[in-house]
Amino acid sequence: MTQLALVIDLNVCVGCQACVTSCKSWNTSGTAGSLADLNPYDEDPTGTFFNRVQTFEVGSYPNTETVHFPKSCLHCEDPPCVPVCPTGASYKRAEDGIVLVDYDKCIGCKYCSWACPYGVRELDPERKEMTKCTLCVDRIYNEALPERDRKPACVLACPTSARIFGDVHDPDSVASKAIRERGGYQLMPEWGTEPSNHYLPRRKTEMTIRPDEIVRTDNPLKVDGLKPMPDASTPALDDAASW
Amino acid sequence: MSTVRLSNPHAEPVEELDVKKTTCYMCACRCGIRVHLRNGEVRYIDGNPDHPLNQGVICAKGASGIMKQQSPARLTQPLIRRPGTERGAGEFDEISWEEVFALLAERLKKLRETDPKKFALFTGRDQMQALTGMFAKQFGTPNYAAHGGFCSVNMAAGMIYTIGGSFWEFGGPDLERSKLFIMIGTAEDHHSNPMKVALSKFKRNGGRFVSINPVRTGYSAIADEWVPIKPGTDGALLLALCHEIIAKGLYDREFLARYTNAGQLVIQDPDADEFGLFAMDPEGDPVNPDYPHNKYWWDRLTDKLVPTHTPGADPRLRGSYALPDGTPVKPAFQLLLDRLKSYTPEWAEGICGVPADTIRRLAHEMGVTARDQKIHLPISWTDSWGVEHDHVTGNPVSFHAMRGLAAHSNGFHTIRALAILMSLLGTIDRPGGFRHKAPFPRAIPPIAKPPRGPHAVKPNSPLDGMPLGFPADPADLCVDDDGRPVRIDKGFSWEYPLSAHGLMHNVITNAWRGDPYPIDTLLIFMANMAWNSTMNTSEVRQMLNDKGEDGEYRIPFIVVCDAFQSEMTGFADLILPDTTYLERHDVMSILDRPISEFDGPVDSVRIPVVEPKGQCKPFQEVLIELGSRLGLPAFVRPDGTRKFRDYPDFIVNYETEPGSGIGFLAGWRGVDGQKAIRGEPNPKQWEMYAKNNCVFHYVLPASYQYMRNWNKGYMEWAQRVRMRRDADPILIHLYSDVMQRFRLAAQGKRPGRRPPPELRERVEKYFDPLPFYYPPLESQSTDTTRYPLNAVTQRPMAMYHSWDSQNAWLRQIHAHNYLHVNPATARAAGIGDGDWMWAESPWGKVRCMCRYSEAVEAGTVWTWNAIGKASNAWNLGPMANEARKGFLLNHLISEELPMQGSARRMSNSDPVTGQAAWYDVRVRIYRAGDDEPKESWPQFEPMKTLPGVTKTRPGVLKYFVGNWKKRS
Repeated sequence: MTQLALVIDLNVCVGCQACVTSCKSWNTSGTAGSLADLNPYDEDPTGTFFNRVQTFEVGSYPNTETVHFPKSCLHCEDPPCVPVCPTGASYKRAEDGIVLVDYDKCIGCKYCSWACPYGVRELDPERKEMTKCTLCVDRIYNEALPERDRKPACVLACPTSARIFGDVHDPDSVASKAIRERGGYQLMPEWGTEPSNHYLPRRKTEMTIRPDEIVRTDNPLKVDGLKPMPDASTPALDDAASW
Repeated sequence: MSTVRLSNPHAEPVEELDVKKTTCYMCACRCGIRVHLRNGEVRYIDGNPDHPLNQGVICAKGASGIMKQQSPARLTQPLIRRPGTERGAGEFDEISWEEVFALLAERLKKLRETDPKKFALFTGRDQMQALTGMFAKQFGTPNYAAHGGFCSVNMAAGMIYTIGGSFWEFGGPDLERSKLFIMIGTAEDHHSNPMKVALSKFKRNGGRFVSINPVRTGYSAIADEWVPIKPGTDGALLLALCHEIIAKGLYDREFLARYTNAGQLVIQDPDADEFGLFAMDPEGDPVNPDYPHNKYWWDRLTDKLVPTHTPGADPRLRGSYALPDGTPVKPAFQLLLDRLKSYTPEWAEGICGVPADTIRRLAHEMGVTARDQKIHLPISWTDSWGVEHDHVTGNPVSFHAMRGLAAHSNGFHTIRALAILMSLLGTIDRPGGFRHKAPFPRAIPPIAKPPRGPHAVKPNSPLDGMPLGFPADPADLCVDDDGRPVRIDKGFSWEYPLSAHGLMHNVITNAWRGDPYPIDTLLIFMANMAWNSTMNTSEVRQMLNDKGEDGEYRIPFIVVCDAFQSEMTGFADLILPDTTYLERHDVMSILDRPISEFDGPVDSVRIPVVEPKGQCKPFQEVLIELGSRLGLPAFVRPDGTRKFRDYPDFIVNYETEPGSGIGFLAGWRGVDGQKAIRGEPNPKQWEMYAKNNCVFHYVLPASYQYMRNWNKGYMEWAQRVRMRRDADPILIHLYSDVMQRFRLAAQGKRPGRRPPPELRERVEKYFDPLPFYYPPLESQSTDTTRYPLNAVTQRPMAMYHSWDSQNAWLRQIHAHNYLHVNPATARAAGIGDGDWMWAESPWGKVRCMCRYSEAVEAGTVWTWNAIGKASNAWNLGPMANEARKGFLLNHLISEELPMQGSARRMSNSDPVTGQAAWYDVRVRIYRAGDDEPKESWPQFEPMKTLPGVTKTRPGVLKYFVGNWKKRS
């Protein structure tokens, strides 16, 4: 059974927010729109976004990590938002595992957003309907788009290709491979929701230079008659022993 | 008002959108975009996958282009200050374009007939400097520059005067093949998407990324190592890295000997007029009289003096020698060694705060990677001396830096040190290192020169050359016989001799003071000189409104062209409404700063996808109309009639000289569009760009893609297509005899121009032919115990400084800014996280909110640049966070500094290039009182909404484009 999802590579995400506004731009005029903005040009502007990037610091100076953390609906295998919905508006599709909201059934009661441990559902303040990431369901099957473009807007936008889209149930998909080989992990697995979206952790590339690698026989100092030698004034055995 | 139900969207009919391609302008990156239209309205913007620059990706700004079109700040009408009202009062009347052109033509005609320099044209990040610069030249005024003096001229000049190229448009790190990448200082937005694309590939390939920066944000977040450093001390670090690399023999000797001036002999007789210049061989062939090559080496193999680059010879890089006439000489490299001797890692640690062990380790990582992970590409090429090579070598260590290094008063020498470090490692125009982008490399320095004095400015005459250029000698300065400045910004004067991008940041202060002279008309295009594009913002705003004793405005007439109601439009006498990037034709010209790739020249265009709003008119059309009405030679036929119908017609048919075949666009030239770079005008050029993703990419043969400073094939190609005048090699200037020429003039040693007495010491000190470290000028003149902290800005990736607070989506990401302070530093000052606090410099203070951050060096505070706005500017509501909680750091920064030991005030700039030193400011911080208002300070009177700008701001935006199937 197919389970579409995003695998987000924190090793390369620079927090540029391209996914955030690309998502908004595609979806506000798409099947899941409109996505309202309140006070768009006044105090405390706020609006409906399916995807947000949180930035936080880990550790203390100078051993600080700055982490950019994109977050959207994780399309859980066992989504707690579905059973709590009194009208059946919140549902998980059998064919591809995408969790969606049927707006015609949604009464805006917010049970689902209370049930979601990840805080990724947003009630559109103008429509009074619950909204969330659809994995751009109106793009990914749209045959009017070139095949290359049949991906979520956030995935196409991402300048660091930090968002891998695919079927996490297919062991041969790029997404599954990335999870397997790069230590992909789920958020808060202890809740038993089995999020389909995964995150790839940071990896550090370090370098080890051994002392004998610094001064080699082809050292250019030799060409200029300056083979590296200790300073003549530093102590030697001759200064201390008389055999 | 949604449409298809999500209950089963898969079953719904699919929608086909009309797709048009053009070039983004939500920042200066210039990515290719696809604009998807629904019934003629913009429904969605994404990256064009067939564009070489961004390869299909887009950023937060680019994806929010729709909201730029929705901006409530759009100007729609030409406006004139209402007669009888004060400038700055915000009272305007609508005026027709015909009246605008008649008024401007009359005013400017008089100025051109009498004293053309009374007209000044300064522009922001406009991407049309080829046209604006040409307009100024044709008008005959030297008073022209774009924003480079404020932005990063140190980066351009420091690198161009050393390696003949620079970062961003002119070159960059080859991350595809690099193994070790070092990013120093703020550089997030230069380049934007291409850097992100390359950085992620680099990291996935296992490359090691080290970020040296006082702040860990943006790209630094994913660095493998973060090395915090104190602002303005990068020069000390770089010099110590050079010191260690040389001490351990980790430099690429072969590269230095052949491709730099390391082995060339410098005269060391302190009494000689030629002291510190290269010894010249009178019998030798100069090859290029403007850049003579007849210098000497001391051959290591025969131990004899030989002409430079003698076949079979290898220069000594160390030691002292004597010419046959007894003149003592040293190889340039020896002089560099002498200079670096005291710049030890321990010395640098005390200045920049980076431990000496870390400096050593970084030097070893760079040197060993460059040496042991060499790349050999099987590409044959011929060097400028005729030697054939069967491969191209790469030393895979690369660097990137921009404003973080540049925006300091010691930036020029810091950047020279960086370019020298890159050269020591043998990484210039080689795989995995730094690579040039066409039209670079240029000669050192490039051929273009500024007007050389007052005689170059004549009524009714164009300038002989361009207004901006690269002085190589005091004779190239733009000064009068007494050494006084000719330009209003004092560019190319003895105060800032190598100010290749001008000093826009001093224009208003100088014009207000009438120093060096008063001007009449100031035309500002797309530059927010009343806010974030100026230092000392509060006082500069007063200067804009100030009147002289005669009751007249000190700056008599201010014309502002912009698409939006910015802080600057409030100070205009005449406002010209510009179009947005989706509404106009534009070119990213090879004559300006094109978007070239490492593998060859690239230029691009914008083609309108939607109609202009209201009466908006592209600024290009304004210039062409004015040029035609004023009869400027480039815009009219010999009989005085108009030559170009409009801007698109101008782009197709303009040639730099009649029949030159060189125009603004390099692609699809020639009558049938078959020629590249150079060729006759092609009437179908726009159509051909439109068919080809709006971009022209000329891929050079592989043998011309590397080692271009010394690549015979490349140089001859570049000369043939007239991208370069000359084809001689460009040796890297480890040692700058150009700098020494200015120093000798200050020492009174050579015939020719001399600095005025009060500037001699300054020129002598800062025109050092080798890089040296000095604390920023502001620190030198500030009590650093009273003002112990450095304050700097960074630019958020989702907001291009002042351009997009009007953008409903982007301002939700950054509606106001905080001052980020290390918790230890904040606690010591009694300031809690989120508290209101004061930051105070010797020049001013701001009240702002504190944000604790463990990702900032403890002696540094920082904020996002230009998020704070003046009240009601950009037509935001009076309570908008930008004005009430946001703040502008520029209030703390002076545009001038007192000159030591003199009453004279100088620009707060680099003494070599005039680069605005806005990262030099020193501050102290303290908690705001509990009784103080919880809002930022200073506050300004709310701007009035201009006529033609919407009076109603929506309380809710339900953006859904077009009349698509409405939901039941």
